[in-house]
Amino acid sequence: MINHIDVSSMLRKSVCELYSNLVTRPTGAAVRCEIEQELDRIGDRALTIIDFSHVGLLDFSCADEIVAKLLLQYVSIDAPRREVYFVFRGISESHMEAIEAVLERHRLALVTQHADGESQLIGIVGFEERRAWEIISALGAGVSADVADAIGLSSADAEIMLDTLWRRRLLIRYDNAYVAVGSATIPSHPSSLDA
Amino acid sequence: MTTIINVPHSLEDKSFELVLDQVAPLPLDEKIIVDTRHARWASPYGLTALLALAQSRAERPILYVPEAENVSTYWSRMDFFKHAAELYELQGRVKSTKAAETSVLLEVTSISKSDDVHDVVDKIQQRAQDALVKNLNLDAKITMRFTMALSEVCQNIVEHAGRGGWVAVQTYTWRVRLGGRKVVVIAVCDPGIGFRQSLESAPGFQRKDRWDDGQALEETVMRGASRFRDPGRGQGLAGVRRFVGNWDGKLSIRSGTARIAVLPKGDWDEDEPLVEDLSYFPGAQVQITIPERVA
Repeated sequence: MINHIDVSSMLRKSVCELYSNLVTRPTGAAVRCEIEQELDRIGDRALTIIDFSHVGLLDFSCADEIVAKLLLQYVSIDAPRREVYFVFRGISESHMEAIEAVLERHRLALVTQHADGESQLIGIVGFEERRAWEIISALGAGVSADVADAIGLSSADAEIMLDTLWRRRLLIRYDNAYVAVGSATIPSHPSSLDA
Repeated sequence: MTTIINVPHSLEDKSFELVLDQVAPLPLDEKIIVDTRHARWASPYGLTALLALAQSRAERPILYVPEAENVSTYWSRMDFFKHAAELYELQGRVKSTKAAETSVLLEVTSISKSDDVHDVVDKIQQRAQDALVKNLNLDAKITMRFTMALSEVCQNIVEHAGRGGWVAVQTYTWRVRLGGRKVVVIAVCDPGIGFRQSLESAPGFQRKDRWDDGQALEETVMRGASRFRDPGRGQGLAGVRRFVGNWDGKLSIRSGTARIAVLPKGDWDEDEPLVEDLSYFPGAQVQITIPERVA
């Protein structure tokens, strides 16, 4: 199931009905807690759209609390807490500045989706990993052989790369294949997918 | 004993040092009279620093208000006297006015909690667009960045100062240094613990061979150090630094006995990157200056 979380609603619910700007660290922490509660309700495996469309300003402290700390909890190469995938929508140019800064600081990456539906991988990702993600994204769904051929890697190395991208929750794995997070081909019920 | 502190005619970040040179040697509980009678002009820094000065004293100081009516009126419009009345014994005629000052983007405003930062951000967004884009010919992109920078420097008070402080924002024409160009200035002043003491409170802090206010400012402003172990901390000032760099602006931060400056690429300012051995003043005093864009 694809879930939608409107960050602006989380802000109004958790902090103040009148606020539309995500500023200050306590505000960011409160909004993240609210998002986490939503994620707890959703279950252990889910694709969630985090929507910033109605957020005015996002400062660095809030970006760190909401985006970075959320990803740090759910995205880890070693031991991801749960199989939760995020697509970030409604990211404006000024939001992007704060988000890119915190991604760089924590060496994280995420997928944003523009209004036209195009997805983009932002943050800290190696050159070949980025290529691999773009190949899978362009194909709709792919396997390690697709990436190995395109980049010139061994099949084993390509598989390790895709596994890493999956652990970072930038790819969804199912039926021995991978789909890019943010791709139009994502099944509407990822909970039915094999991890 | 009461000591009179003479305030220069033009009160801004540099001339405020003359005030501190007079105040710093005095015991905290000594009564002072801050004499602004002959003041002709004060920047947002000057006004917010005067309030921080009163907060820093154990004995409530006296403030002789400016004699010039236009100055007194302007300080009223900046809401200076509204706050000064809480901190000083005001002596002299304060001209009250309800008329808005068009050059003021944000009147002198108290910052002590997270909600105050929200209020400042909400308030300034309504006014910043016109002032920055129309009056200073800056790209429309600046409005959000400007507000982000303002938010971050205000949060430094909430997160690190240990007590409340002040913010004010204004546009004005800098006749001497910029040859008539307009600038927008953010001033944020607090009399809290300052950068050095904040870093010293970090878990496991170890004093270096050379450790003073200048070093603490360099660590924080240039290298993103923070008293928190959380690696996500320290990004706010780094963001402010990038912001002033992108808009040919200047960031200066004074704390304790030192002042550090991130200088503009252009040649409109000749400040030193680091000034030390200043007269001691507690807390942190921040000024961001963004000049008008000229073709």
